[in-house]
Amino acid sequence: MKNVEEIFNLLKEKFGDSIIELVTNLPVEHFITANPLEIDKVSLFLRDNGELLFDSLMCLSGVDDANGKNVPDEDGATKIEGGTLSVYYHMESTKLGHKLTVKVSAPRENPDITSVSGTWKHADWHEREAYDMFGINFLNHPDLRRILMPYDWEAGYPLRKDYKDPEFYQGMKVPY
Amino acid sequence: MSIEIEKNMQSKTGLKTEQMVLNMGPQHPSTHGVLRLELEIEGEIITKVTPHIGYLHRCFEKHTEAMTYTQVIPYTDRMDYLSAMYNEFGYAIAVEKLLGIEVPERVEYIRVIMGEFQRIASHLVAIGTYGLDIGAFTPFLYCFRDRERILSLFEKTCGARLLYNYIWVGGVSHDLHPDFIREAKDFVKYFKPNIKELNDLLTMNKIFIERTANVGILPVETAINYGISGPNLRASGMKWDLRKNDTYSIYNKFDFEIPVGQSEIGTVGDAWNRYYIRVRELEQSLRILEQALDQIPEGDVTSAIPKRIKPPVGQVYSRVENPKGELGYFIMSNGSTSPFRVKVKGPSFVHLGIMNELCKGHMVADVIAILGSIDIVLGEVDR
Repeated sequence: MKNVEEIFNLLKEKFGDSIIELVTNLPVEHFITANPLEIDKVSLFLRDNGELLFDSLMCLSGVDDANGKNVPDEDGATKIEGGTLSVYYHMESTKLGHKLTVKVSAPRENPDITSVSGTWKHADWHEREAYDMFGINFLNHPDLRRILMPYDWEAGYPLRKDYKDPEFYQGMKVPY
Repeated sequence: MSIEIEKNMQSKTGLKTEQMVLNMGPQHPSTHGVLRLELEIEGEIITKVTPHIGYLHRCFEKHTEAMTYTQVIPYTDRMDYLSAMYNEFGYAIAVEKLLGIEVPERVEYIRVIMGEFQRIASHLVAIGTYGLDIGAFTPFLYCFRDRERILSLFEKTCGARLLYNYIWVGGVSHDLHPDFIREAKDFVKYFKPNIKELNDLLTMNKIFIERTANVGILPVETAINYGISGPNLRASGMKWDLRKNDTYSIYNKFDFEIPVGQSEIGTVGDAWNRYYIRVRELEQSLRILEQALDQIPEGDVTSAIPKRIKPPVGQVYSRVENPKGELGYFIMSNGSTSPFRVKVKGPSFVHLGIMNELCKGHMVADVIAILGSIDIVLGEVDR
């Protein structure tokens, strides 16, 4: 069983600059931030390293950080420009009993994050959900389609903070 | 029958099977809600299953961002509507962790009692409808007869039969009524012999065994990799229950066992074992209930409920052992009275993701047996 500092040092030694920092100033939960384009390799290491053995991904959550600039768009509603979208990975080792949270952030305009569905199959549907709700583009995902929204939904990504309902969907009025 | 055998038969008989796509659902009596399964079949053998979900999607997670923490609770009820108490329980624990508050002991006892009653009710639906899917109608009526008594207990406690809004952050909405303990004890006494009756009716039924044993075998490594939890994981032979392995509330005070798949019939991890784990969990829930009903202390149940919930900036991932598996809440707070982000990891959503893996190489009729055995509720899959 390892604590988060030990895991952080182990990862830092192996991956260097791809592991960015250890955030411990928040209450309840501490997490490690990593490079979004390296997270697939990091996840494989986390799963297979004999001292870590994170065999189970508990949860994968997309988050809109809403840390960009608010600008009014042509309809008078606010639109967010810049800033980041993030993904949180909560994982645990059923064999060793420790847990870890990893966060990756990608720029809002071009949110590319490598998929971890090769490491944990569990991530497959959760990544599809994050794509569906936030438009995060998971590179190397085997089947990146919308999952909960209709496949032909063109009005954007509902859980983004600046999402606006479309007026019509397939000729049907949406807000009622 | 596996694909290889089928192919051998083809070459022997010279007959060709045709590939086709078959739609199961969205309106189908055995999909337990609105779910569409796209089956790619070769003759009668499944080669691929693609679930299409989202028919009940109401984007609960977006709603929460416009509400206070208290207002979220009725929405959690509506995810897995067969175990609403446990959804509230999980949410309350998550927010309490974020706030850093303790709840009175009586509240913990009430929550555990309600949670275990809910587990029995949820498992009874799972068992009853599973029999119904396979073609046994009578056990369904027996299960619903007993579940009805639990719902009456809930109704007398909080006025609602399915969607309770009873467990609040920091407490419960109001105390148990004076007769509750006696009536609950009566139920436990009444229900105990019914498990044997259920076993005689369904568990050891020859037709039922033929349909479910050795169907949809799930090895334990695959299960962990796919994030499977709860009874489905235990049926694969892993002793893993969050009530013991990552204990919460006051579950460490009770003496109970974690049933794991032992392949009395069939193979560890098959549909029959997944079904039978639920029957055995009924007994363990009764054990917890007996102890909790005896030990429950007197006290105030509303004293720790905060007037205004405004957690500090931070985040928490908190999970509980829902009747169907691991129910996780990821809640982020930005210091205001509404959550910044709520993400729910529901067991049904995760379990549906393994359908393709389980069904490959089986017959079309087995899809029903497999889908019923993993016990999903579409309200939670789509949220």
